[in-house]
Amino acid sequence: MKVLVIAEHDNTKIAGATLNAVGAAQQFGAEVQVQVLVAGCDSAAAANEAAALAGVAQVVSVNAPHYRDQPVENLALLVAGLVRSDGFTAVLAGGTSFGKNLAPRIAALLDVAPVSDVVSIAGVGRYVRPIYAGNVMVSVESDEPVQVLTVRTTAFAAASGGGAAGVRDVAAGEDLAVSRLVGREIAKSERPELAGARIVVSGGRGLGSGDKYREVLEPLADRLGAALGASRAAVDAGFVPNDYQVGQTGKIVAPDLYVAVGISGAIQHLAGMKDSKVIVAVNKDPDAPIFQVADFGLVGDLFETIPQLVEGLGANQ
Amino acid sequence: MKILVPVKRVVDYNVKVRVKSDRSGVELSGVKMAINPFDEISVEEAVRLKEAGIATEVIAVSCGSTASQETLRTALAMGADRAILVETDAELQPLAVGKLLKAVAERENPQLVICGKQAIDDDANQTGQILAALMGWGQATFASKVVVEGETLRVTREIDGGLETLELKLPAVVTSDLRLNEPRYATLPNIMKAKKKPLDVIPAAELGVDVAPRLRHTLHAEPPSRKAGIKVADVADLIAKLKNDAKVI
Ligand SMILES: Cc1cc2nc3c(=O)[nH]c(=O)nc-3n(C[C@H](O)[C@H](O)[C@H](O)COP(=O)(O)OP(=O)(O)OC[C@H]3O[C@@H](n4cnc5c(N)ncnc54)[C@H](O)[C@@H]3O)c2cc1C
Ligand SMILES: Nc1ncnc2c1ncn2[C@@H]1O[C@H](COP(=O)(O)O)[C@@H](O)[C@H]1O
Repeated sequence: MKVLVIAEHDNTKIAGATLNAVGAAQQFGAEVQVQVLVAGCDSAAAANEAAALAGVAQVVSVNAPHYRDQPVENLALLVAGLVRSDGFTAVLAGGTSFGKNLAPRIAALLDVAPVSDVVSIAGVGRYVRPIYAGNVMVSVESDEPVQVLTVRTTAFAAASGGGAAGVRDVAAGEDLAVSRLVGREIAKSERPELAGARIVVSGGRGLGSGDKYREVLEPLADRLGAALGASRAAVDAGFVPNDYQVGQTGKIVAPDLYVAVGISGAIQHLAGMKDSKVIVAVNKDPDAPIFQVADFGLVGDLFETIPQLVEGLGANQ
Repeated sequence: MKILVPVKRVVDYNVKVRVKSDRSGVELSGVKMAINPFDEISVEEAVRLKEAGIATEVIAVSCGSTASQETLRTALAMGADRAILVETDAELQPLAVGKLLKAVAERENPQLVICGKQAIDDDANQTGQILAALMGWGQATFASKVVVEGETLRVTREIDGGLETLELKLPAVVTSDLRLNEPRYATLPNIMKAKKKPLDVIPAAELGVDVAPRLRHTLHAEPPSRKAGIKVADVADLIAKLKNDAKVI
Protein backbone atom coordinates (compact mmCIF):
# COMPACT_ATOMS: atom_id res chain seq x y z
CA MET A 1 0.00 0.00 0.00
CA LYS A 2 1.12 3.54 -0.72
CA VAL A 3 1.10 5.96 2.19
CA LEU A 4 1.59 9.68 1.88
CA VAL A 5 2.99 11.47 4.94
CA ILE A 6 2.52 15.23 4.86
CA ALA A 7 5.69 16.93 6.02
CA GLU A 8 5.39 19.86 8.38
CA HIS A 9 8.28 22.21 7.71
CA ASP A 10 9.40 25.80 7.40
CA ASN A 11 10.95 25.25 3.92
CA THR A 12 14.27 24.49 5.58
CA LYS A 13 13.74 21.98 8.35
CA ILE A 14 11.27 19.15 8.90
CA ALA A 15 9.33 19.30 12.18
CA GLY A 16 9.84 16.55 14.73
CA ALA A 17 6.20 15.45 14.46
CA THR A 18 6.76 14.42 10.85
CA LEU A 19 9.42 11.95 11.98
CA ASN A 20 6.86 10.35 14.29
CA ALA A 21 4.32 10.24 11.45
CA VAL A 22 6.85 8.45 9.22
CA GLY A 23 7.45 6.08 12.14
CA ALA A 24 3.71 5.49 12.51
CA ALA A 25 3.33 4.76 8.79
CA GLN A 26 5.62 1.74 9.16
CA GLN A 27 2.98 0.17 11.41
CA PHE A 28 0.84 -0.58 8.36
CA GLY A 29 3.14 -3.54 7.77
CA ALA A 30 5.95 -4.77 5.59
CA GLU A 31 4.15 -4.00 2.33
CA VAL A 32 3.97 -0.30 3.01
CA GLN A 33 5.60 2.19 0.68
CA VAL A 34 5.98 5.56 2.39
CA GLN A 35 6.24 8.75 0.40
CA VAL A 36 6.64 12.13 2.06
CA LEU A 37 5.13 15.28 0.59
CA VAL A 38 7.17 18.43 1.00
CA ALA A 39 5.08 21.25 -0.42
CA GLY A 40 6.68 24.65 -0.04
CA CYS A 41 8.71 27.25 -1.83
CA ASP A 42 12.48 26.98 -2.16
CA SER A 43 12.11 23.98 0.09
CA ALA A 44 14.88 21.75 -1.30
CA ALA A 45 16.61 21.64 2.09
CA ALA A 46 13.47 20.30 3.75
CA ALA A 47 12.93 17.80 0.92
CA ASN A 48 16.48 16.52 1.28
CA GLU A 49 16.05 16.13 5.01
CA ALA A 50 12.89 14.07 4.41
CA ALA A 51 14.73 11.94 1.85
CA ALA A 52 17.30 11.02 4.45
CA LEU A 53 14.74 9.49 6.82
CA ALA A 54 14.82 5.73 7.27
CA GLY A 55 11.72 4.04 5.89
CA VAL A 56 10.94 6.69 3.27
CA ALA A 57 10.73 5.34 -0.28
CA GLN A 58 10.33 8.64 -2.07
CA VAL A 59 9.90 12.35 -1.43
CA VAL A 60 7.30 14.25 -3.42
CA SER A 61 8.52 17.80 -3.77
CA VAL A 62 6.19 20.59 -4.84
CA ASN A 63 7.52 24.13 -5.05
CA ALA A 64 5.53 27.27 -5.73
CA PRO A 65 5.10 30.67 -4.07
CA HIS A 66 1.56 29.75 -3.07
CA TYR A 67 2.90 26.99 -0.82
CA ARG A 68 5.54 29.12 0.90
CA ASP A 69 3.37 29.75 3.97
CA GLN A 70 1.43 26.55 3.38
CA PRO A 71 -2.14 27.84 3.36
CA VAL A 72 -4.31 24.91 4.32
CA GLU A 73 -6.77 25.42 1.45
CA ASN A 74 -4.02 25.07 -1.16
CA LEU A 75 -2.35 22.17 0.62
CA ALA A 76 -5.54 20.15 1.04
CA LEU A 77 -6.41 20.57 -2.62
CA LEU A 78 -2.92 19.49 -3.65
CA VAL A 79 -2.98 16.40 -1.43
CA ALA A 80 -6.46 15.33 -2.57
CA GLY A 81 -5.22 15.59 -6.16
CA LEU A 82 -2.10 13.52 -5.41
CA VAL A 83 -4.15 10.85 -3.67
CA ARG A 84 -6.33 10.48 -6.76
CA SER A 85 -3.53 10.63 -9.33
CA ASP A 86 -1.03 8.43 -7.51
CA GLY A 87 -3.30 5.96 -5.78
CA PHE A 88 -2.36 6.59 -2.16
CA THR A 89 -4.55 4.61 0.21
CA ALA A 90 -3.49 6.41 3.38
CA VAL A 91 -2.54 9.97 4.27
CA LEU A 92 -0.82 10.68 7.59
CA ALA A 93 0.14 13.83 9.42
CA GLY A 94 1.44 14.45 12.91
CA GLY A 95 -1.23 15.37 15.48
CA THR A 96 -0.01 18.95 15.77
CA SER A 97 -1.91 22.16 15.11
CA PHE A 98 -0.65 21.88 11.52
CA GLY A 99 -1.86 18.30 11.05
CA LYS A 100 -5.15 18.83 12.84
CA ASN A 101 -5.91 21.83 10.70
CA LEU A 102 -5.11 20.03 7.47
CA ALA A 103 -6.13 16.36 7.69
CA PRO A 104 -9.91 16.79 8.09
CA ARG A 105 -9.96 19.16 5.14
CA ILE A 106 -8.19 16.60 2.95
CA ALA A 107 -10.57 13.88 4.11
CA ALA A 108 -13.63 15.98 3.33
CA LEU A 109 -12.37 16.65 -0.20
CA LEU A 110 -12.04 12.88 -0.64
CA ASP A 111 -15.38 12.20 1.07
CA VAL A 112 -13.82 9.92 3.68
CA ALA A 113 -14.00 10.03 7.46
CA PRO A 114 -10.73 11.15 9.05
CA VAL A 115 -9.43 9.65 12.30
CA SER A 116 -7.72 12.03 14.75
CA ASP A 117 -4.97 11.49 17.27
CA VAL A 118 -4.33 7.82 16.61
CA VAL A 119 -2.16 6.21 19.29
CA SER A 120 -1.96 2.71 17.89
CA ILE A 121 -2.20 1.18 14.43
CA ALA A 122 -3.01 -2.55 14.30
CA GLY A 123 -3.39 -2.61 10.52
CA VAL A 124 -5.20 -0.72 7.79
CA GLY A 125 -8.39 0.69 9.25
CA ARG A 126 -7.72 -0.59 12.77
CA TYR A 127 -6.75 2.04 15.26
CA VAL A 128 -6.99 3.11 18.87
CA ARG A 129 -7.52 6.72 19.86
CA PRO A 130 -8.32 8.58 23.08
CA ILE A 131 -11.67 10.32 23.61
CA TYR A 132 -13.15 12.23 26.56
CA ALA A 133 -9.84 13.88 27.44
CA GLY A 134 -8.08 10.54 27.40
CA ASN A 135 -10.40 8.95 29.94
CA VAL A 136 -11.54 6.42 27.36
CA MET A 137 -9.58 4.64 24.66
CA VAL A 138 -11.71 3.61 21.70
CA SER A 139 -10.95 1.05 19.04
CA VAL A 140 -11.91 2.40 15.64
CA GLU A 141 -12.49 0.43 12.45
CA SER A 142 -12.66 2.07 9.07
CA ASP A 143 -13.31 0.66 5.60
CA GLU A 144 -12.69 3.99 3.91
CA PRO A 145 -10.83 3.62 0.59
CA VAL A 146 -8.39 6.28 1.72
CA GLN A 147 -7.39 6.36 5.37
CA VAL A 148 -6.73 9.90 6.57
CA LEU A 149 -5.14 10.05 10.00
CA THR A 150 -3.39 12.33 12.40
CA VAL A 151 -1.12 10.47 14.78
CA ARG A 152 -0.26 11.37 18.32
CA THR A 153 3.45 12.01 18.18
CA THR A 154 4.22 10.69 21.66
CA ALA A 155 2.82 7.28 20.70
CA PHE A 156 5.13 6.47 17.78
CA ALA A 157 8.91 6.31 17.60
CA ALA A 158 10.49 8.92 15.37
CA ALA A 159 12.04 7.74 12.11
CA SER A 160 15.80 7.89 12.30
CA GLY A 161 18.23 9.05 9.63
CA GLY A 162 20.15 6.82 7.29
CA GLY A 163 17.66 6.70 4.42
CA ALA A 164 18.43 7.67 0.86
CA ALA A 165 15.13 8.19 -0.96
CA GLY A 166 14.83 9.89 -4.32
CA VAL A 167 13.10 13.24 -4.66
CA ARG A 168 10.34 13.45 -7.26
CA ASP A 169 9.29 16.90 -8.41
CA VAL A 170 5.58 17.31 -8.99
CA ALA A 171 3.82 20.27 -10.57
CA ALA A 172 2.03 22.70 -8.28
CA GLY A 173 -1.73 22.65 -7.90
CA GLU A 174 -4.10 25.57 -8.13
CA ASP A 175 -3.70 28.69 -5.98
CA LEU A 176 -7.11 29.23 -4.37
CA ALA A 177 -5.96 32.48 -2.80
CA VAL A 178 -8.66 32.47 -0.11
CA SER A 179 -6.32 33.04 2.81
CA ARG A 180 -3.10 34.94 3.30
CA LEU A 181 -0.55 34.83 6.08
CA VAL A 182 -0.13 38.22 7.69
CA GLY A 183 2.48 37.22 10.22
CA ARG A 184 3.76 34.64 12.66
CA GLU A 185 4.98 35.22 16.17
CA ILE A 186 7.03 32.16 16.90
CA ALA A 187 8.69 32.18 20.28
CA LYS A 188 12.37 31.34 20.02
CA SER A 189 13.81 29.46 22.92
CA GLU A 190 17.10 27.88 23.82
CA ARG A 191 15.23 25.18 25.66
CA PRO A 192 14.20 21.83 24.21
CA GLU A 193 10.90 21.72 22.31
CA LEU A 194 8.04 20.98 24.72
CA ALA A 195 6.49 18.14 22.72
CA GLY A 196 9.73 16.18 22.38
CA ALA A 197 11.60 17.04 25.57
CA ARG A 198 13.04 14.38 27.88
CA ILE A 199 12.19 16.46 30.95
CA VAL A 200 9.34 18.95 31.30
CA VAL A 201 8.81 21.42 34.14
CA SER A 202 5.25 22.79 34.16
CA GLY A 203 3.75 25.54 36.25
CA GLY A 204 0.17 26.34 37.15
CA ARG A 205 -1.88 29.04 38.75
CA GLY A 206 -0.02 28.42 42.00
CA LEU A 207 2.93 30.38 40.59
CA GLY A 208 0.87 33.54 40.96
CA SER A 209 2.36 35.66 38.17
CA GLY A 210 4.49 35.55 35.05
CA ASP A 211 7.43 37.06 36.93
CA LYS A 212 7.19 34.43 39.65
CA TYR A 213 6.78 31.70 37.07
CA ARG A 214 10.08 32.69 35.47
CA GLU A 215 11.88 33.42 38.71
CA VAL A 216 10.96 30.07 40.26
CA LEU A 217 10.82 27.65 37.33
CA GLU A 218 13.52 28.83 34.94
CA PRO A 219 16.41 27.94 37.28
CA LEU A 220 14.89 24.47 37.75
CA ALA A 221 14.44 23.98 34.00
CA ASP A 222 18.00 25.19 33.43
CA ARG A 223 19.35 22.75 35.98
CA LEU A 224 17.44 19.82 34.47
CA GLY A 225 17.83 20.81 30.82
CA ALA A 226 14.04 20.75 30.70
CA ALA A 227 11.37 22.29 28.50
CA LEU A 228 8.85 24.57 30.19
CA GLY A 229 5.12 23.93 30.14
CA ALA A 230 2.02 25.23 31.87
CA SER A 231 -1.59 24.58 32.79
CA ARG A 232 -4.36 26.40 31.00
CA ALA A 233 -4.94 28.56 34.06
CA ALA A 234 -1.34 29.80 33.89
CA VAL A 235 -1.70 30.57 30.18
CA ASP A 236 -5.07 32.26 30.58
CA ALA A 237 -3.69 34.41 33.37
CA GLY A 238 -0.96 35.53 30.99
CA PHE A 239 1.98 34.03 32.89
CA VAL A 240 3.28 32.36 29.71
CA PRO A 241 2.40 32.18 25.99
CA ASN A 242 -0.30 29.85 24.65
CA ASP A 243 2.10 27.30 23.21
CA TYR A 244 3.18 26.33 26.74
CA GLN A 245 -0.21 24.75 27.46
CA VAL A 246 -0.22 21.04 28.22
CA GLY A 247 -3.50 19.16 28.13
CA GLN A 248 -6.59 18.03 26.30
CA THR A 249 -6.58 21.18 24.24
CA GLY A 250 -2.90 21.99 24.41
CA LYS A 251 0.18 19.91 23.81
CA ILE A 252 0.44 16.24 24.61
CA VAL A 253 3.72 15.33 26.23
CA ALA A 254 5.19 12.08 27.50
CA PRO A 255 8.67 12.88 28.81
CA ASP A 256 10.82 10.69 31.05
CA LEU A 257 10.21 13.18 33.84
CA TYR A 258 7.32 15.63 34.25
CA VAL A 259 7.43 18.06 37.16
CA ALA A 260 4.05 19.69 37.90
CA VAL A 261 4.41 22.75 40.12
CA GLY A 262 1.37 24.51 41.54
CA ILE A 263 -0.95 22.56 39.26
CA SER A 264 -4.09 20.99 40.75
CA GLY A 265 -4.43 18.16 38.23
CA ALA A 266 -7.73 18.74 36.41
CA ILE A 267 -8.61 15.92 34.00
CA GLN A 268 -8.01 18.27 31.07
CA HIS A 269 -4.44 18.80 32.26
CA LEU A 270 -3.84 15.12 33.03
CA ALA A 271 -4.94 14.30 29.47
CA GLY A 272 -1.77 15.96 28.25
CA MET A 273 0.83 14.46 30.57
CA LYS A 274 -0.32 11.29 32.25
CA ASP A 275 1.71 9.08 29.92
CA SER A 276 4.93 10.60 31.24
CA LYS A 277 7.28 7.96 32.63
CA VAL A 278 7.85 9.61 36.00
CA ILE A 279 5.62 12.35 37.40
CA VAL A 280 6.61 14.64 40.25
CA ALA A 281 4.05 16.98 41.79
CA VAL A 282 4.71 19.88 44.10
CA ASN A 283 1.59 21.34 45.66
CA LYS A 284 0.71 22.78 49.03
CA ASP A 285 -2.68 21.05 49.05
CA PRO A 286 -2.18 17.40 50.12
CA ASP A 287 -5.51 16.50 48.52
CA ALA A 288 -4.78 17.97 45.10
CA PRO A 289 -5.81 15.44 42.43
CA ILE A 290 -2.38 15.72 40.79
CA PHE A 291 -1.06 13.51 43.60
CA GLN A 292 -3.22 10.64 42.33
CA VAL A 293 -1.04 10.37 39.22
CA ALA A 294 2.27 11.49 40.70
CA ASP A 295 4.97 8.92 41.38
CA PHE A 296 6.57 11.32 43.83
CA GLY A 297 4.50 13.95 45.56
CA LEU A 298 5.96 16.74 47.60
CA VAL A 299 3.48 18.60 49.79
CA GLY A 300 4.68 22.09 50.45
CA ASP A 301 4.93 25.70 49.36
CA LEU A 302 6.49 25.82 45.92
CA PHE A 303 8.17 29.16 46.66
CA GLU A 304 10.21 27.40 49.34
CA THR A 305 10.62 23.92 47.92
CA ILE A 306 11.52 24.68 44.31
CA PRO A 307 14.51 26.92 45.20
CA GLN A 308 15.59 24.17 47.63
CA LEU A 309 15.28 21.65 44.84
CA VAL A 310 17.39 23.79 42.52
CA GLU A 311 20.01 24.16 45.20
CA GLY A 312 19.97 20.46 46.03
CA LEU A 313 20.36 19.47 42.41
CA GLY A 314 23.26 21.85 42.01
CA ALA A 315 25.08 20.51 45.04
CA ASN A 316 24.65 16.94 43.88
CA GLN A 317 26.01 17.44 40.42
CA MET B 1 -23.64 39.71 8.10
CA LYS B 2 -25.26 36.50 9.27
CA ILE B 3 -23.28 34.22 11.55
CA LEU B 4 -24.02 30.54 11.99
CA VAL B 5 -22.80 28.93 15.20
CA PRO B 6 -22.89 25.12 15.41
CA VAL B 7 -23.31 23.95 19.00
CA LYS B 8 -23.04 20.42 20.32
CA ARG B 9 -24.55 18.85 23.39
CA VAL B 10 -21.83 16.99 25.26
CA VAL B 11 -21.09 15.50 28.67
CA ASP B 12 -20.27 18.33 31.07
CA TYR B 13 -16.53 18.89 31.29
CA ASN B 14 -16.47 18.23 35.04
CA VAL B 15 -17.79 14.69 34.65
CA LYS B 16 -15.34 11.81 34.60
CA VAL B 17 -17.04 9.39 32.26
CA ARG B 18 -17.21 5.61 32.76
CA VAL B 19 -17.09 2.91 30.14
CA LYS B 20 -20.18 0.67 30.00
CA SER B 21 -19.61 -2.81 31.36
CA ASP B 22 -20.02 -4.37 27.89
CA ARG B 23 -17.47 -1.85 26.57
CA SER B 24 -19.81 -0.82 23.75
CA GLY B 25 -19.69 2.81 24.71
CA VAL B 26 -19.67 5.35 27.47
CA GLU B 27 -22.27 5.45 30.24
CA LEU B 28 -24.45 8.47 29.46
CA SER B 29 -27.59 7.76 31.46
CA GLY B 30 -28.00 10.15 34.34
CA VAL B 31 -24.86 12.05 33.34
CA LYS B 32 -24.91 15.86 33.36
CA MET B 33 -24.87 17.30 29.85
CA ALA B 34 -23.92 20.80 28.73
CA ILE B 35 -23.09 22.90 25.72
CA ASN B 36 -19.58 22.09 24.42
CA PRO B 37 -17.32 24.69 26.12
CA PHE B 38 -15.78 25.77 22.82
CA ASP B 39 -19.24 26.34 21.36
CA GLU B 40 -20.08 28.61 24.24
CA ILE B 41 -17.03 30.65 23.25
CA SER B 42 -18.23 30.72 19.62
CA VAL B 43 -21.67 31.95 20.63
CA GLU B 44 -20.06 34.66 22.74
CA GLU B 45 -17.89 35.79 19.84
CA ALA B 46 -20.84 35.91 17.46
CA VAL B 47 -22.96 37.84 19.93
CA ARG B 48 -20.13 40.32 20.47
CA LEU B 49 -19.88 40.83 16.71
CA LYS B 50 -23.58 41.56 16.71
CA GLU B 51 -23.28 43.97 19.62
CA ALA B 52 -20.48 45.71 17.73
CA GLY B 53 -22.87 46.25 14.82
CA ILE B 54 -20.95 43.91 12.51
CA ALA B 55 -23.25 40.92 12.55
CA THR B 56 -26.94 41.29 11.83
CA GLU B 57 -28.12 37.90 12.98
CA VAL B 58 -26.71 35.02 15.02
CA ILE B 59 -28.16 31.60 14.35
CA ALA B 60 -27.28 28.65 16.58
CA VAL B 61 -27.60 25.21 15.01
CA SER B 62 -27.29 21.79 16.55
CA CYS B 63 -27.49 18.34 15.02
CA GLY B 64 -28.77 15.59 17.25
CA SER B 65 -31.70 14.41 19.31
CA THR B 66 -34.54 16.48 20.77
CA ALA B 67 -32.46 16.93 23.90
CA SER B 68 -30.19 19.26 21.95
CA GLN B 69 -32.97 21.85 22.15
CA GLU B 70 -31.72 22.50 25.65
CA THR B 71 -28.27 23.31 24.26
CA LEU B 72 -29.80 25.64 21.71
CA ARG B 73 -31.75 27.42 24.46
CA THR B 74 -28.43 28.04 26.21
CA ALA B 75 -27.13 29.69 23.05
CA LEU B 76 -30.32 31.74 22.74
CA ALA B 77 -30.04 32.85 26.36
CA MET B 78 -26.51 34.05 25.65
CA GLY B 79 -27.83 36.21 22.84
CA ALA B 80 -28.28 34.16 19.67
CA ASP B 81 -31.33 35.38 17.73
CA ARG B 82 -32.76 32.08 16.66
CA ALA B 83 -31.95 28.41 16.57
CA ILE B 84 -32.19 25.40 14.31
CA LEU B 85 -32.26 21.80 15.44
CA VAL B 86 -31.36 19.28 12.77
CA GLU B 87 -33.05 16.40 14.44
CA THR B 88 -31.95 12.78 14.34
CA ASP B 89 -31.45 10.03 16.84
CA ALA B 90 -28.80 8.43 14.69
CA GLU B 91 -25.13 8.46 15.68
CA LEU B 92 -23.48 11.40 13.94
CA GLN B 93 -19.80 11.51 13.09
CA PRO B 94 -17.99 14.73 12.09
CA LEU B 95 -18.20 14.05 8.34
CA ALA B 96 -21.98 13.65 8.61
CA VAL B 97 -22.28 16.75 10.81
CA GLY B 98 -20.23 18.66 8.24
CA LYS B 99 -22.67 17.62 5.52
CA LEU B 100 -25.72 18.55 7.57
CA LEU B 101 -24.20 21.93 8.45
CA LYS B 102 -23.45 22.48 4.77
CA ALA B 103 -27.10 21.89 3.94
CA VAL B 104 -28.11 24.40 6.62
CA ALA B 105 -25.51 26.91 5.43
CA GLU B 106 -26.89 26.63 1.89
CA ARG B 107 -30.34 27.54 3.20
CA GLU B 108 -29.21 30.35 5.44
CA ASN B 109 -26.29 31.81 3.48
CA PRO B 110 -24.21 32.96 6.44
CA GLN B 111 -21.05 34.96 5.79
CA LEU B 112 -19.31 33.39 8.72
CA VAL B 113 -19.56 30.07 10.58
CA ILE B 114 -17.92 29.85 14.00
CA CYS B 115 -17.47 26.28 15.19
CA GLY B 116 -15.70 25.08 18.30
CA LYS B 117 -12.17 23.83 17.90
CA GLN B 118 -13.18 20.44 19.22
CA ALA B 119 -16.03 18.67 20.91
CA ILE B 120 -14.86 17.48 24.31
CA ASP B 121 -16.57 14.10 23.94
CA ASP B 122 -15.12 12.77 20.68
CA ASP B 123 -12.12 15.15 20.83
CA ALA B 124 -12.19 14.94 17.02
CA ASN B 125 -11.25 18.49 16.09
CA GLN B 126 -12.60 17.93 12.57
CA THR B 127 -16.02 19.38 11.89
CA GLY B 128 -15.11 23.00 11.15
CA GLN B 129 -12.36 21.96 8.75
CA ILE B 130 -14.70 19.49 7.05
CA LEU B 131 -17.43 22.09 6.64
CA ALA B 132 -14.98 24.62 5.20
CA ALA B 133 -13.77 22.05 2.67
CA LEU B 134 -17.30 21.06 1.66
CA MET B 135 -18.30 24.70 1.19
CA GLY B 136 -15.07 25.51 -0.66
CA TRP B 137 -14.42 28.28 1.88
CA GLY B 138 -11.31 29.36 3.70
CA GLN B 139 -10.77 28.27 7.28
CA ALA B 140 -9.07 29.74 10.31
CA THR B 141 -8.90 27.17 13.07
CA PHE B 142 -7.91 27.60 16.75
CA ALA B 143 -8.74 31.31 16.75
CA SER B 144 -7.76 33.51 19.66
CA LYS B 145 -8.77 36.77 17.97
CA VAL B 146 -11.28 37.55 15.21
CA VAL B 147 -11.58 40.91 13.47
CA VAL B 148 -13.98 41.59 10.60
CA GLU B 149 -12.80 44.26 8.19
CA GLY B 150 -15.36 44.67 5.41
CA GLU B 151 -15.16 41.61 3.20
CA THR B 152 -12.11 40.20 4.91
CA LEU B 153 -11.55 38.47 8.14
CA ARG B 154 -8.40 38.77 10.20
CA VAL B 155 -7.85 35.89 12.57
CA THR B 156 -5.08 35.21 15.06
CA ARG B 157 -4.56 31.50 15.50
CA GLU B 158 -2.93 29.52 18.28
CA ILE B 159 -0.36 27.29 16.60
CA ASP B 160 2.33 25.04 18.04
CA GLY B 161 5.17 27.52 18.15
CA GLY B 162 3.09 30.57 19.10
CA LEU B 163 0.61 32.62 17.10
CA GLU B 164 -0.10 33.38 13.48
CA THR B 165 -2.42 35.88 11.85
CA LEU B 166 -4.32 35.10 8.66
CA GLU B 167 -6.45 37.18 6.38
CA LEU B 168 -9.34 35.37 4.75
CA LYS B 169 -11.99 36.17 2.23
CA LEU B 170 -15.54 35.88 3.48
CA PRO B 171 -17.47 33.65 3.66
CA ALA B 172 -15.26 31.53 5.88
CA VAL B 173 -15.21 29.09 8.77
CA VAL B 174 -13.53 29.94 12.06
CA THR B 175 -13.00 27.50 14.92
CA SER B 176 -12.66 28.98 18.37
CA ASP B 177 -9.90 28.27 20.85
CA LEU B 178 -10.18 28.75 24.60
CA ARG B 179 -8.65 32.19 24.74
CA LEU B 180 -10.88 33.81 22.12
CA ASN B 181 -13.05 35.31 24.85
CA GLU B 182 -14.65 34.58 28.17
CA PRO B 183 -18.29 33.63 27.66
CA ARG B 184 -20.91 35.52 29.63
CA TYR B 185 -23.32 33.87 32.00
CA ALA B 186 -26.88 33.86 30.82
CA THR B 187 -28.95 36.02 33.16
CA LEU B 188 -32.33 34.87 34.39
CA PRO B 189 -34.27 37.44 32.31
CA ASN B 190 -32.33 36.34 29.23
CA ILE B 191 -33.04 32.70 29.99
CA MET B 192 -36.75 33.60 30.14
CA LYS B 193 -36.53 35.56 26.91
CA ALA B 194 -34.75 32.69 25.21
CA LYS B 195 -37.80 30.51 25.72
CA LYS B 196 -39.71 32.72 23.31
CA LYS B 197 -37.06 32.97 20.62
CA PRO B 198 -37.69 30.91 17.47
CA LEU B 199 -36.33 27.37 17.41
CA ASP B 200 -36.98 25.52 14.14
CA VAL B 201 -36.75 21.77 13.97
CA ILE B 202 -35.69 20.22 10.69
CA PRO B 203 -35.73 16.42 10.46
CA ALA B 204 -32.24 15.42 9.30
CA ALA B 205 -33.78 13.21 6.61
CA GLU B 206 -35.28 16.31 4.99
CA LEU B 207 -31.82 17.62 4.15
CA GLY B 208 -31.10 14.72 1.79
CA VAL B 209 -27.68 13.97 3.21
CA ASP B 210 -26.12 10.56 3.79
CA VAL B 211 -25.28 10.57 7.47
CA ALA B 212 -24.52 6.88 7.94
CA PRO B 213 -21.47 6.44 10.21
CA ARG B 214 -18.31 5.59 8.29
CA LEU B 215 -16.32 4.52 11.34
CA ARG B 216 -17.15 1.70 13.75
CA HIS B 217 -16.30 2.22 17.38
CA THR B 218 -15.89 -1.38 18.35
CA LEU B 219 -14.45 -1.34 21.84
CA HIS B 220 -14.17 1.19 24.64
CA ALA B 221 -11.64 0.79 27.41
CA GLU B 222 -10.33 2.81 30.29
CA PRO B 223 -6.67 3.61 29.87
CA PRO B 224 -4.26 1.75 32.14
CA SER B 225 -4.28 3.68 35.39
CA ARG B 226 -1.03 4.76 36.93
CA LYS B 227 -0.13 2.92 40.06
CA ALA B 228 -0.35 5.09 43.11
CA GLY B 229 2.86 6.87 43.93
CA ILE B 230 4.25 8.01 47.22
CA LYS B 231 4.62 11.26 49.07
CA VAL B 232 8.22 12.16 49.74
CA ALA B 233 9.31 13.60 53.07
CA ASP B 234 11.25 16.59 51.78
CA VAL B 235 13.32 17.94 48.93
CA ALA B 236 16.38 15.82 49.81
CA ASP B 237 14.21 12.69 49.77
CA LEU B 238 12.77 13.71 46.39
CA ILE B 239 16.23 14.19 44.87
CA ALA B 240 17.39 10.84 46.23
CA LYS B 241 14.30 9.06 44.82
CA LEU B 242 14.72 10.66 41.40
CA LYS B 243 18.40 9.72 41.26
CA ASN B 244 18.44 6.28 42.81
CA ASP B 245 14.96 4.78 42.31
CA ALA B 246 13.59 6.41 39.17
CA LYS B 247 17.02 7.16 37.69
CA VAL B 248 15.66 10.04 35.63
CA ILE B 249 18.15 12.69 36.69
C1 LIG C 1 -12.85 22.60 27.44
C2 LIG C 1 -11.75 22.74 28.42
C3 LIG C 1 -10.46 22.43 28.02
C4 LIG C 1 -9.39 22.57 28.90
N1 LIG C 1 -8.14 22.26 28.46
C5 LIG C 1 -7.11 22.34 29.33
C6 LIG C 1 -5.78 21.99 28.94
O1 LIG C 1 -5.52 21.63 27.78
N2 LIG C 1 -4.80 22.08 29.85
C7 LIG C 1 -5.01 22.48 31.16
O2 LIG C 1 -4.07 22.54 31.94
N3 LIG C 1 -6.26 22.82 31.54
C8 LIG C 1 -7.30 22.77 30.67
N4 LIG C 1 -8.55 23.15 31.10
C9 LIG C 1 -8.70 23.79 32.42
C10 LIG C 1 -8.74 22.82 33.59
O3 LIG C 1 -10.07 22.38 33.78
C11 LIG C 1 -8.26 23.54 34.88
O4 LIG C 1 -9.05 24.68 35.10
C12 LIG C 1 -6.80 23.96 34.83
O5 LIG C 1 -5.98 22.89 34.41
C13 LIG C 1 -6.36 24.45 36.20
O6 LIG C 1 -5.05 24.94 36.16
P1 LIG C 1 -4.15 24.96 37.50
O7 LIG C 1 -3.99 23.57 37.98
O8 LIG C 1 -2.91 25.70 37.18
O9 LIG C 1 -4.99 25.88 38.47
P2 LIG C 1 -5.79 25.52 39.83
O10 LIG C 1 -6.77 24.43 39.57
O11 LIG C 1 -6.25 26.80 40.32
O12 LIG C 1 -4.65 24.92 40.74
C14 LIG C 1 -3.62 25.66 41.31
C15 LIG C 1 -2.90 24.72 42.28
O13 LIG C 1 -1.77 25.39 42.82
C16 LIG C 1 -1.63 25.05 44.17
N5 LIG C 1 -0.88 26.11 44.84
C17 LIG C 1 -1.26 27.40 45.00
N6 LIG C 1 -0.28 28.09 45.63
C18 LIG C 1 0.72 27.21 45.87
C19 LIG C 1 1.99 27.33 46.48
N7 LIG C 1 2.43 28.49 46.99
N8 LIG C 1 2.75 26.22 46.57
C20 LIG C 1 2.33 25.03 46.08
N9 LIG C 1 1.13 24.88 45.48
C21 LIG C 1 0.34 25.96 45.38
C22 LIG C 1 -3.05 24.90 44.67
O14 LIG C 1 -3.09 24.06 45.82
C23 LIG C 1 -3.76 24.30 43.47
O15 LIG C 1 -3.77 22.89 43.53
C24 LIG C 1 -9.63 23.01 30.22
C25 LIG C 1 -10.92 23.30 30.63
C26 LIG C 1 -11.98 23.17 29.75
C27 LIG C 1 -13.36 23.49 30.20
N1 LIG D 1 -23.78 17.41 16.42
C1 LIG D 1 -23.31 18.65 16.25
N2 LIG D 1 -24.15 19.70 16.13
C2 LIG D 1 -23.70 20.95 15.95
N3 LIG D 1 -22.40 21.26 15.90
C3 LIG D 1 -21.51 20.27 16.01
C4 LIG D 1 -21.90 18.92 16.20
N4 LIG D 1 -20.78 18.17 16.26
C5 LIG D 1 -19.73 19.01 16.15
N5 LIG D 1 -20.17 20.28 15.99
C6 LIG D 1 -19.35 21.50 15.85
O1 LIG D 1 -18.03 21.14 15.46
C7 LIG D 1 -17.11 21.48 16.49
C8 LIG D 1 -15.98 20.48 16.53
O2 LIG D 1 -16.47 19.19 16.82
P1 LIG D 1 -15.60 17.87 16.58
O3 LIG D 1 -15.11 17.92 15.18
O4 LIG D 1 -16.55 16.74 16.83
O5 LIG D 1 -14.48 17.90 17.58
C9 LIG D 1 -17.94 21.62 17.74
O6 LIG D 1 -17.32 22.47 18.67
C10 LIG D 1 -19.23 22.23 17.17
O7 LIG D 1 -19.07 23.60 16.90
